[in-house]
Amino acid sequence: MSDIIHAHELVKRYGTFTAVDGVSFSVRAGECFGFLGANGAGKTTTIRMITCVSPVTSGELTVDGLDVRRDPRRIKAALGVVPQENNLDPDLSVRQNLRVYGRYFDLEPRLVEERIDESLALFQLTEKQNDRIDSLSSGLKRRLTIARSLINAPRIMVLDEPTTGLDPQARHLVWQKLRYLRSQGVTMLLTTHYMDEAAHLCDRIVIIHQGKIIVGGSPGGLVERFGGREVVEIHMGDAERGALMERLAAAEGLMVEEVEDIVYVYVLEGDGIDPSALKLEGSKVVYRQANLEDVFLRLTGRGLTE
Amino acid sequence: MIDIALRCLTIRRPDVSLRALRVWQRNRDVYLRLWKSEVIWPVVDPLITLLALGIGLGGLVELGDNREYVDFIAPGLLAIWPMWAAAGECGWGSFFRMENHRTFEAIVATPVSIEDVITGEILWGATRALISATYILVIIAAFGTVDSPLAVLILPLAVLPGIMFASIALCYTSIARSISSLNYFFAVFITPQFWLGGVFFPLDRLPEWAQRAAWFIPVTHVVNIYRGLTSGDVEWSHLGDIAWMLVVTAIFYTIAVLSMRRRLVQ
Repeated sequence: MSDIIHAHELVKRYGTFTAVDGVSFSVRAGECFGFLGANGAGKTTTIRMITCVSPVTSGELTVDGLDVRRDPRRIKAALGVVPQENNLDPDLSVRQNLRVYGRYFDLEPRLVEERIDESLALFQLTEKQNDRIDSLSSGLKRRLTIARSLINAPRIMVLDEPTTGLDPQARHLVWQKLRYLRSQGVTMLLTTHYMDEAAHLCDRIVIIHQGKIIVGGSPGGLVERFGGREVVEIHMGDAERGALMERLAAAEGLMVEEVEDIVYVYVLEGDGIDPSALKLEGSKVVYRQANLEDVFLRLTGRGLTE
Repeated sequence: MIDIALRCLTIRRPDVSLRALRVWQRNRDVYLRLWKSEVIWPVVDPLITLLALGIGLGGLVELGDNREYVDFIAPGLLAIWPMWAAAGECGWGSFFRMENHRTFEAIVATPVSIEDVITGEILWGATRALISATYILVIIAAFGTVDSPLAVLILPLAVLPGIMFASIALCYTSIARSISSLNYFFAVFITPQFWLGGVFFPLDRLPEWAQRAAWFIPVTHVVNIYRGLTSGDVEWSHLGDIAWMLVVTAIFYTIAVLSMRRRLVQ
């Protein structure tokens, strides 16, 4: 069996609130697996159970063949954890942060020093190694947090929203490093609410909504299945919509959704419809390819969950 | 059913290991990095107390048995300032690491357990107490208030009250909602021990009931032992003081572990 993380009917309750409501999934060795969900959907709670910092209420959860209830220390020794909020040690320098962290794993000091040099070089932090944490930008802190998670040469990396709050340059650098690590055979589990990030990095994703997994598959497969081939966004007021809606209703192979001042027309795969032939008109009309965000919004709804 | 009960047990059992020393090392490294700013209080505070109360006020005080007042309070300083050091470290220090710096959260993502973190914090609090006691012993010896070579035993012994006060402080930290709510702990638990623990006046000056109450104040037992060791008047009752501290330490250490875990493991 090549499943490196396996969850079956996993539940987490806080008092009467059910944060994770019976999720089952498997992560295969060497893949990048993504949890997509809005804030409060249950992504971080699931991550916290996998990293053995939050006790499982019920269900099964194994990491690398070990039960999270029985072997938390051995599991944690094999994981590289990147938390949602940087929790670098502000009392220590960049290099000391890595050294102290390596000591928590009971690694040999010489090995730790070697790995520190490698991690710093990989994330282009060598120049900054004696700097104070407070003097780093948020992008540098993020890179250091990821570099820190590599100190124990983890076989599995668990990343909770790795690029939230970063500027585009920093995001792309992080993505590039994560792709490199994946190519080295590291299994990755990440949560994100950036659809482009999931599409870019993940082999498979699940969409989690209100504590439940509502759908799973490859990013491309999900787009094909739920978003169709192409999307037309027609910006148009309510009053002028009547004739257009009638025409659209008559056409086959279309899925139409009205959201506030926009009408979305999803053109499904393999029906041969050319959307430009529909001669759609509005104050603004956008033709584009369907993406994961369309899938996500269609499946989880457009309302705010928090 | 039994399986579920057993699983609950395996989760609940405190999981303390030698990795607690890694947490101690982390705090030591920070201390060594910041030692220039850390070194001043533990020297200045007792020195001023000794000058102001011991020499200054002490010149006006008659103890009645030919003893100098400065000799009377000197061993007590070995008890109360290290108490402050341990309580401050595991009060403000631990709270800051836990809530503001999220250091505990980062550590428990590694093979270090939350019980290790708590144990390491307490051991570090005790180390701060030991550092403070070492300074003070040198200072009061320089003032000529140490009469017995037995006084060197104070240094290894100072670890025990250090662990005790660190554990008591961490119990409070585990229920503190904000850094300012720790003020209550210091105002209600630490400051009264500082002034009323038999350091600045003999407890037999107090009414009977207050003397009995003073027996329950942890620092009075520390003061008793240190008076004995600096003067050379060691008594069997000092073993009772040590036993008392061991019991209190065991109780508060256990509460600290359970209460901290309740707060942090969710």
